[in-house]
Amino acid sequence: MKKSVAVLVCGIFFLLFPLAVPSSYYQHLLIITLMWVIIGSSWNLLAGYTGQVSFGHAIFFGVGAYTSGIMVMHLNISAWWGMLLGGPAAMLVALFVGWVCFRLRGPYFALATLAGGEIIRLIATNWESFTGGMVGILIIQSFKSKLPYYYIVLALAGLCIWCIHLIMKSKWGYYFVSIREDQDAAETLGINTALYKNISLLVSAFFTGTAGAFYMNYMAFIDPHVVFSLHYISIMTILVAIVGGVATIWGPAVGAFIMVGIQEMFRSAFFGLAPKWISQGHALVFGLLVIFVIMFLANGIVGDWAKIKRIATPKRKTHANS
Amino acid sequence: MPILEVKKLIKAFGGLIAVNNISFHIEQGEILGLIGPNGSGKTTVFNCIMSVFPITSGGISFKGRRIDGMKTHKICQLGIGRTFQVVKPLARLSVLDNVTAAAFCRMNTIKEAQKEASRVLEFCGLYKDRDKLAKSLPIGGRKRLEIARALATKPELMLLDETCAGLTPSEADEAIALIKAIRDSGVSILIIEHIMKVIMSISDRIHAINFGQTIAEGLPKDVANNPTVIEAYLGEQDHA
Repeated sequence: MKKSVAVLVCGIFFLLFPLAVPSSYYQHLLIITLMWVIIGSSWNLLAGYTGQVSFGHAIFFGVGAYTSGIMVMHLNISAWWGMLLGGPAAMLVALFVGWVCFRLRGPYFALATLAGGEIIRLIATNWESFTGGMVGILIIQSFKSKLPYYYIVLALAGLCIWCIHLIMKSKWGYYFVSIREDQDAAETLGINTALYKNISLLVSAFFTGTAGAFYMNYMAFIDPHVVFSLHYISIMTILVAIVGGVATIWGPAVGAFIMVGIQEMFRSAFFGLAPKWISQGHALVFGLLVIFVIMFLANGIVGDWAKIKRIATPKRKTHANS
Repeated sequence: MPILEVKKLIKAFGGLIAVNNISFHIEQGEILGLIGPNGSGKTTVFNCIMSVFPITSGGISFKGRRIDGMKTHKICQLGIGRTFQVVKPLARLSVLDNVTAAAFCRMNTIKEAQKEASRVLEFCGLYKDRDKLAKSLPIGGRKRLEIARALATKPELMLLDETCAGLTPSEADEAIALIKAIRDSGVSILIIEHIMKVIMSISDRIHAINFGQTIAEGLPKDVANNPTVIEAYLGEQDHA
């Protein structure tokens, strides 16, 4: 009950935010954050709940983005069709990725997806006639205002979290977690582990691909080094989920706000207050943050919330004891 | 028709023949004990039945249908439940969720699955621990959880792999009572066990193997008095 009120309050806040804060800078930040909510949550479904850690989510993000871009480039139809087809296109690629990589388990699966991401980046870079290569794809934005983009991505993020919430309360969810805990035991319980790992991957790829298609529409420019980037997409995805809390519904959402916030603070050199060279330091701070989270908050901010509360309010505890 | 029939089963790992030409069958409603010294191939037989790895040759039929070569989950869906000797709890899930995940084998909605899981937990005496994490259970509880999880898939045949190992004598007695209750509910059982008291008191028949080969088969008392079995367990008799 308390939770659904919190969700409702959050929902209203996000619905009203761009009306209350007309600054397009903050609207932009929130749009990017919400996009990361989608990607982080999708990754969390596959890695956090199903236990199949992917280092290659840029594959699905990039394929979604390129689906959108290529429609404009080759078919000359609106990039918005990509919002419908980017997800399914990413799922098609995911079928192949799953077919190859799910033969491997644990860290070997992670390494295979890492290699997959690099392969597809090289393909997108070199297949110039189809993807435009390093030149990238430039389209014309449909809207001057940020509001339509904001509400689209907000709806998508809400839909994504809601779907994952429903999945995790169903047979699929139980099966995903069983596979994470022990794949051999899961198989003995009548769970078709190959099938359910692929289902998890497909759902994850669908939302990530849709987020990619949205990115194309919103940013209006993509090139392989951005959308297939190991650093900016695949690793960032993992950080978002780990910092927020792996295998929690709201963890990746919280993680997205923190990571995009930190990234932006460094990019803007603390809104111009700090010397310029500090903007080079965001990778370092990301690294330190991950070390901190792994050492002290292994379950992420949401997963270890009770622990954070306990440390943050030591006084109340002694009161209660005395 | 026997519920399970294993014919001339051979399993080789490279040059090592772990199971060599073993044949046995289990009748409906029967408890068959599978005994043998350490490393004699008992668990390998289980793994062959569940298709954990492909068998080298021979045949395994469940209710008259060949199951060798099928996927493990398919065999479970057909009606064979299995427990692991080295327990494999879904560690970070609650006891109830462990069993619920198994109950989804026959159910589709979470409500039905949880209801079935609660029923099975009650039956296995784990209901009071349903909200604990599986990893927090002591070994006796984990062994019980293995049984409960297998039961929740509604098997017609259960393969129990040393479910009494590591238990205190009173826990072992409870486990024996539980296994008998499972049999009385109509489930046939193939059980591996080292504790002679357990295997002798619950088995209808016993199949003894050593070095992957059958050395004796028959009623518990006959097998227990079989010189080859005694030799396998205690070493050769001293004639001097």
